Amino acid sequence: MDFKIIPSTCSYCGTGCGVLFQVMDGRLVDTLPMKTHPVNQGRLCIKGWNLHEHVISEKRLKSPLIKKDGELQETTWDEAIKTAADGLKAVIKDHGPDSVAVLASAKITNEENYLVQKFARAVVGTNNVDHCARL
Amino acid sequence: MTNSIAEFEDSGCIFIIGSNTSACHPLIARRVFRAKEKGAKLIVADPRNIQMARFADVAVQQRLGSDVALLNGMMHIILKNGWHDKTYIENRTEGFEDFEAVVESYTPDKVETITGVAQSDLEKMAELYAVNSPAALLYAMGITQHTTGVDNVKSCCNLAMLCGNVGVRSGGVNPLRGQNNVQGACDMGGLPNVYPAYQPVTAEANNEKFSKAWGKPLSDKIGYTITDMIQAINDGKLKALYIVGENPKLSDPNQNHIDDALGKLDLLICQDIFLSETAEKADLVFAAVSVAEKEGTFTNTERRCMKVNKAIDPLGNTLNDWDIISRLSTEMGYEMHYENPEEIFNEMAALTPSYGGMTYERLGLDGLQWPCPNAEHPGTPFLHKDQFTRGKGLFHAIEYLDPAEMPDEEYPYWLTTGRMFAHYHTGTMTRASKHLDTEQKTGYVEINPKDAKALGVNDGDIVHLATRRGETKVPAKVSKMVEPGVFFVPFHFAESPANILTNSAFDPIAKIPEFKVCAVKIEKAA
Repeated sequence: MDFKIIPSTCSYCGTGCGVLFQVMDGRLVDTLPMKTHPVNQGRLCIKGWNLHEHVISEKRLKSPLIKKDGELQETTWDEAIKTAADGLKAVIKDHGPDSVAVLASAKITNEENYLVQKFARAVVGTNNVDHCARL
Repeated sequence: MTNSIAEFEDSGCIFIIGSNTSACHPLIARRVFRAKEKGAKLIVADPRNIQMARFADVAVQQRLGSDVALLNGMMHIILKNGWHDKTYIENRTEGFEDFEAVVESYTPDKVETITGVAQSDLEKMAELYAVNSPAALLYAMGITQHTTGVDNVKSCCNLAMLCGNVGVRSGGVNPLRGQNNVQGACDMGGLPNVYPAYQPVTAEANNEKFSKAWGKPLSDKIGYTITDMIQAINDGKLKALYIVGENPKLSDPNQNHIDDALGKLDLLICQDIFLSETAEKADLVFAAVSVAEKEGTFTNTERRCMKVNKAIDPLGNTLNDWDIISRLSTEMGYEMHYENPEEIFNEMAALTPSYGGMTYERLGLDGLQWPCPNAEHPGTPFLHKDQFTRGKGLFHAIEYLDPAEMPDEEYPYWLTTGRMFAHYHTGTMTRASKHLDTEQKTGYVEINPKDAKALGVNDGDIVHLATRRGETKVPAKVSKMVEPGVFFVPFHFAESPANILTNSAFDPIAKIPEFKVCAVKIEKAA
């Protein structure tokens, strides 16, 4: 049996509690509060205690999807990325970069948010980038 | 937040307005309870009879959307009694005279008429806040989600400055952020007008700096906010939308309007860990990884940047968000190759002065609070210590304005929306979690027992709610959480969506929609 404890940060509200993910034989089995953490000092709320449950949910997307004949179907990453890139390039060519917008996210990491806005600004060429801080 | 979560324990007074803290930020509520144990005074102002109110020295239920009048009323009393911090105002602020002139007219009598708050309660609130320094003000979306959201926030700042509470430990103006990394998304430039660390896109020097770093000429034209985007789609100006980790179909106001707009796009790409209501409408869906399968950082509401570490391998055929974006960029002709998130973090930190002194190694288990400009800087627990970021703190003279929609003959009741304790935002994560789903499986509308009786509605009966935007059916929850004439619907539940009802009227500056107030009619469903 291989058992690991991985320190991390809760991804529900903006409080930012320190959590410990418990991993047994490569499977995420539970969430514990981090005792030493300056924010939560060894405590969690009901959402934090159950943080692992959404991760291992059966409802998780397991593959990229593409709409064909009006239905979303599983596809490969190569096809998904190529179709997206071709579609975006066509819109930019016909209507200019400001006809494209990107929504960043309050759920993804700083590194990923940095890349999302870099993508909008440097790759597409627009400042049409926002996220749901207002919502 | 100007201050830090742990500091609240040592506040002399905590004033909570527009935040259901124990339900939505339980581990911040814990600090409030600890402060109470140490002798702090607690003031709670919320249109609903929230749990925090039971622990308060004074708790009021102001009428929806009347916060500016309430805060001006408190400040009127503070000035009349000479409880304001004259030295602080003189040395550290400006604009006081114009502000004082406006507040002068907000007499307790006038404020009671607008807010419904008794004059004796208003006087107690003013005194408790003013004489128990340092006083911390905590707010959440109850303050911001209004057509007067910016006015509400400025009024909170006026109150804090009036009593010298900004720039001191355990005081401050503290918005409790609703999403784990909403602070980080803003810090990273996920906004249409600024690069990372709020460097305006319109300033030539910034444009040059980022253009050089990224090797591409960049636009200096401010982009669309999320609120503008929907309009731009309807006007035919916006043709393609790439949505990363959001579910605007459920989280934005006036859902019917959004649904139509998304359908008009030439290309909709969604990137998510679940097939959200928005992703169902997409042409392409990128399957991303969850918090447990990735490395990176989140920045919490107190500006603390903290590590997220990979616990398990990506499930199924999913990819890290950063990997998806890199592949898409490269395919579009802009080569983007990173070895790992740390390499991205280091690139970001070099361009983002407030994060400039941070490295993964320095973040450790506790993280660091920005601004942290260099490798020796210990981080910043509270802001504006000796002077404000802009120099002097600016008072704003603010008049009360009505919400965009008020009850009338046709739609005679008030409607407000928000979260409940077991669920989170549009429910894509919490409703997929067995133990959280068990706590609350369906949407509901809170109805005061008096209204329930008048409408002939029993607990659990299905009621029909209608506004000028749309209608929905939802089970009634008879509860004293709301006053007679006020109804509350949580927005987590797609099958009884609150945002089919809400008003998309928005604040002219922040473009935040008025989720917290609209007019509704209600009847027992046939």
